Amino acid sequence: MRPADPSEAADPGAPNVRRRVRINTGGPAPGTPVAPNGAPTETSRGLPAAARRSSALTFGREAIFDVRDLDVYYGSSQAIGGVTMQIHRNLVTAIIGPSGCGKTTFLRSLNRMNDSVPGFRIDGTILYHGHDIYGGEVDAVEVRRRIGMVFQRPNPFPKSIYDNVAWAPRNLKMRDGLDERVERALRAAALWDEVKDRLHQSALGLSGGQQQRLCIARAIAIEPDVLLLDEPASALDPIATTLIEELMQTLKNRYTIVIVTHNMQQAARVAERTAFFSLDVSNGRRTGVLVEYDDTEVMFTQPADRRTSDYVTGRFG
Amino acid sequence: MTDAFGPLPAVTEPAGSAAQPMLDEQDNLGPVTPGLPDFSGSLTPSGNLRRRQLISGFAGGVQTVAAVLAVAVLAIVVYSVVARGASVLSWHFLTQDPPLIAGEAGGGIAPEIVGTVVIVALATAIAMPLGILIALYLTEFAGRWPASAFKLALDLLNGLPSIVIGLFVFGLLVVGQHQSGFAASVAIAIIMLPLIARATQEVLLLVPASLREAADALGVARWRTVRGVVLPTARGGILTATVLAVARGAGETAPLILLSSLFGNTVSVNPFGNEGLANIPYYIFTSSESAEANGFARAWGAASVLLAFILVASVVARIANSRSTLSR
Repeated sequence: MRPADPSEAADPGAPNVRRRVRINTGGPAPGTPVAPNGAPTETSRGLPAAARRSSALTFGREAIFDVRDLDVYYGSSQAIGGVTMQIHRNLVTAIIGPSGCGKTTFLRSLNRMNDSVPGFRIDGTILYHGHDIYGGEVDAVEVRRRIGMVFQRPNPFPKSIYDNVAWAPRNLKMRDGLDERVERALRAAALWDEVKDRLHQSALGLSGGQQQRLCIARAIAIEPDVLLLDEPASALDPIATTLIEELMQTLKNRYTIVIVTHNMQQAARVAERTAFFSLDVSNGRRTGVLVEYDDTEVMFTQPADRRTSDYVTGRFG
Repeated sequence: MTDAFGPLPAVTEPAGSAAQPMLDEQDNLGPVTPGLPDFSGSLTPSGNLRRRQLISGFAGGVQTVAAVLAVAVLAIVVYSVVARGASVLSWHFLTQDPPLIAGEAGGGIAPEIVGTVVIVALATAIAMPLGILIALYLTEFAGRWPASAFKLALDLLNGLPSIVIGLFVFGLLVVGQHQSGFAASVAIAIIMLPLIARATQEVLLLVPASLREAADALGVARWRTVRGVVLPTARGGILTATVLAVARGAGETAPLILLSSLFGNTVSVNPFGNEGLANIPYYIFTSSESAEANGFARAWGAASVLLAFILVASVVARIANSRSTLSR
């Protein structure tokens, strides 16, 4: 009867959703005191899910991000609480979950894109190669130089295709061999053949899918370490989506990719590791929590948490 | 099913009661839901829709009349100025110095044209960079509190009577010294500044936040983002804002009476000289008061020149803008 539409599940006004989530909570019953970090279940408290089970994928692999007990607040409301997870080199890590569970907030915290949001505040630490991203001396510009981001909606600059890709390298003193750099980035984004004859025409004349690949080319032109993708295919048609997904498979050899997606099938297709975020609605607060984090295959076939299995089988959200 | 919808059936009942028997006779068309409106009626508007269309048509007509009225006022002003000034407009009028003795026939307004161009150009050179910098500060860097305080201050400055600004600059730069084109430029720059700053700010706010985010995510410093992405995107709007301010500044008269009303009758381009610069608004003012009959016609002629000056400035700005803007 109820459609498995995530946006409906997140509607705060829908009473049956709230009830459903409470039933599915595998952790403490309502009224039971929750852990100090706000995490309600065994799964996300203390040991991260990754550490619980040995994974062949992460074994011996360097952790690029080490997130510890991350709480994010916007003003007085807490967007995510108690997130502890590691993100490993050259893997595609997907973040899935219903709307409003803090997926995007988490992603944007990784390269300090939330800094300009009024009232934004974090507790806990995000270590990137061992450096605290929110450390006192750290400059957000330097962080973003290493951790690029592609947004939900394609947002090319109103410049030519060439200038879109070349703008950041020019401003970052990477002017040598700029033409080659632009070509390499466009080839890596699987866009070169489509635009090589019109590099100096406006990027706004491209189709939505091409624009999004241009945005990926723009992000990798400065050779970052990590690519954060915030629902990069949600505004695209199925063919463009397939292209972007194929692209990620080649890009992960060179970059570490974190992708937020609404689409569970997409996560299953592209990601080696999957983190499931959900809303914790105990105490009348709605806080995003990391429910479970494991190899994608495990997450979709034998998840440890009841909420994960309910979500990936489409029973809620 | 009906219970779940609560009060809805009451609304659809009239149509439903009519439709019910008809659908029953045809039957076998699938389940018949009671309370469904009749879809087989005429598709031409009737009842409430008809009434709303009439009101809409009337309102649309009033709006069109208002728009035509505004254009008509402009057309009448331009026509009457040009028609009355046409008798004196000639190459001679545009290129010659005025007669040595005021009120004498003949002579032209070359010093006035050159002086106005110099004064306005200098005022623009002062006000445009400042105005753009203020707008950038307000939209890109200032916090919410300072931004609203500065906006209020700019609006107050915009509302300041030009004679008051003229008096202020008179006290600042003329008293104890002498009139100058520069003093006039400063006063006009003060008048133009809030216009440029506020209009530029509006344009900068139209630059999508997603572009700033995209640039931020590339690890490029904010001021480079402003210079490389925000300003080029907003360039057209900034130019338009400046031209509007120039048009306003070029016609300002009150400050010029105080600051640049004593001048020789030969062409001068030096705004820092020992006397003011000749200028068209002051010329119109004095000529229209002239005892000589020809003076009035000359005032109209000078007014047409001023209008043309503003028109040319806008057209040039538009062309420059369309040339430089990347289009699809």
